[in-house]
Amino acid sequence: MAMKLTPVEQGLLDGAKGEVMAKVMKTLVMYGEAFGAEKMVPVTSKYNHLVTSFGLKMMTPVFQLMQQLIDAGAISGQEFSVDPRPVDPNVPANFLQKLIFNKIMYASQDSYEAQLEKLGLMNDDAFTCACYLDQVGNRPEKGEVLSWAESSAVVYANSVLGARCNRNSGIMDIMGSIAGYVPYFGLLTDEGRRATWVIRVETTKKPEAQLLGSAIGMKVMEDVPYIMGMERWLGRELNDEVCAYLKDFGAATASNGAVGLYHIAGLTPEAVEQGEALIAEGAQEFVITDAVLEETKRNYPVMWKNPDAQPKLCFVGCPHMSLQQLKDWTVAVEEGLAASGQKKVLIPTVFTTAPAVKKEFEQTEYAARLAKTGVILSYICPLMYMNNPLCKSMPVMTSSNKLRTYTTARYYTEAEILEKITKGGRA
Amino acid sequence: MKTYKGRVIAPGTVTAEAVVSHVGFNTLASLQGALQFGDKKATCGDQNNPDLHGKELAGKALCLPQTIGSTTGGLVIYCACAMGRQPACMLFSKPIDSLAAAGSILASVWCPDIQMPVIDSLGDEFLNEVKDGMKITVHEDGTVTAE
Repeated sequence: MAMKLTPVEQGLLDGAKGEVMAKVMKTLVMYGEAFGAEKMVPVTSKYNHLVTSFGLKMMTPVFQLMQQLIDAGAISGQEFSVDPRPVDPNVPANFLQKLIFNKIMYASQDSYEAQLEKLGLMNDDAFTCACYLDQVGNRPEKGEVLSWAESSAVVYANSVLGARCNRNSGIMDIMGSIAGYVPYFGLLTDEGRRATWVIRVETTKKPEAQLLGSAIGMKVMEDVPYIMGMERWLGRELNDEVCAYLKDFGAATASNGAVGLYHIAGLTPEAVEQGEALIAEGAQEFVITDAVLEETKRNYPVMWKNPDAQPKLCFVGCPHMSLQQLKDWTVAVEEGLAASGQKKVLIPTVFTTAPAVKKEFEQTEYAARLAKTGVILSYICPLMYMNNPLCKSMPVMTSSNKLRTYTTARYYTEAEILEKITKGGRA
Repeated sequence: MKTYKGRVIAPGTVTAEAVVSHVGFNTLASLQGALQFGDKKATCGDQNNPDLHGKELAGKALCLPQTIGSTTGGLVIYCACAMGRQPACMLFSKPIDSLAAAGSILASVWCPDIQMPVIDSLGDEFLNEVKDGMKITVHEDGTVTAE
């Protein structure tokens, strides 16, 4: 199906603003036509969000493409945030790891960040996967049309904020921002936002966010689930605690499956407005019980060379932690250490958060208390840290199902993580 | 020999040996290690994909339902193409997902010298019947034969 373009859009495609802009528009038109889009719509959010934050050697073709855009003056019409930086000197690494990180893997980091500045980076602190947190300031309004990438941010923007965004790939994200248009299909449309799965949560206790998200993501894959039975665990208000839960839950649905939007009955904005009218005819059904979650966790492959190894590193915060999560974890770690008679965590532990959240946290009394427990606070992307052969042989544990999916890190529930870092013990 | 008809996302003709994933293909998890560390055979590194883990993907006819996972997926496909480590073709049983579509379109527009035919909507029967090692031929009109 050929897309109907306005004269302005057709002009861009025909080269009115140069050959490179014409290729940008051609990319977007082909993208839309692959999904039967009949038209383009303007991007209406104030900011964009890009997934490609890392000067990784394998991305040389991306850097070359970005340079083509810069040289042609085809820069983003919006400022943007971008995923976390891949390296932080505060995070434990041995000599060889540091050498590989800085001299081989991420040797292009500085030059790539210079490209991002030219293309429209919001500011030097705009490196986080959780760009929608208040401190970062990239929080779209309900109904706004986005050209974002980053699976955890897209699913949060669609589900919790009610914005409209497809699961765009890296590079495609900035193409929409440069042209100012995105093709109208999928999660931008009312029909595409209807649920084709009904999930009934019938657990006897509050499900672990990252485990529930994993089980649902693996079941529904790219479909939209309408989730019932969460009122008793989450209530009906999108407060800080609930939003943090949904942040972690959504990231797991998006990485263990390919979910770009979920509705939770009585809680998320479109479910509150439209209720079960959001459920498409013929929707499939899936019941989540304690046994389903236990089986989901049991089936995760253990990728450590020695499954009984003592963990050498622990990451919490993928996606990045909120301010309230940092405060809550600080208290939990303190209480865990007090109960076990320890002064510092027994496994090197890194909490990760957005640079702007880190700055605000450091203004609170909790910062000194967390530092006293030995936990390191970082802005790093744990996934990028783990993305090298040396970490493959390193027993790393995490409460992140996203990190588990993409690396050899081993998943534990938050309670298990707390137990291990404050009381010790092997896997 | 069996013939299947799909929709052309990226045109081209090719003959290659099949590798088959019956679960969603996690592009980042599958290819990041190979692209980063010079594995020209693009060995699949996805621990959660028992069908493909440890198998070579470069130059193969990659048969899959859809791609899943990180939104870096499209740029990973684009990079694989630009580095010459892409599959010979990507054959989707379901309608293509947004990340794989982005990757194949980016490669088609920005790396015009690289050819990687991409066909979608080949149907569940295709994925049920095609096996590792089969000879796959992709035709210009979206017809795929397996023998």
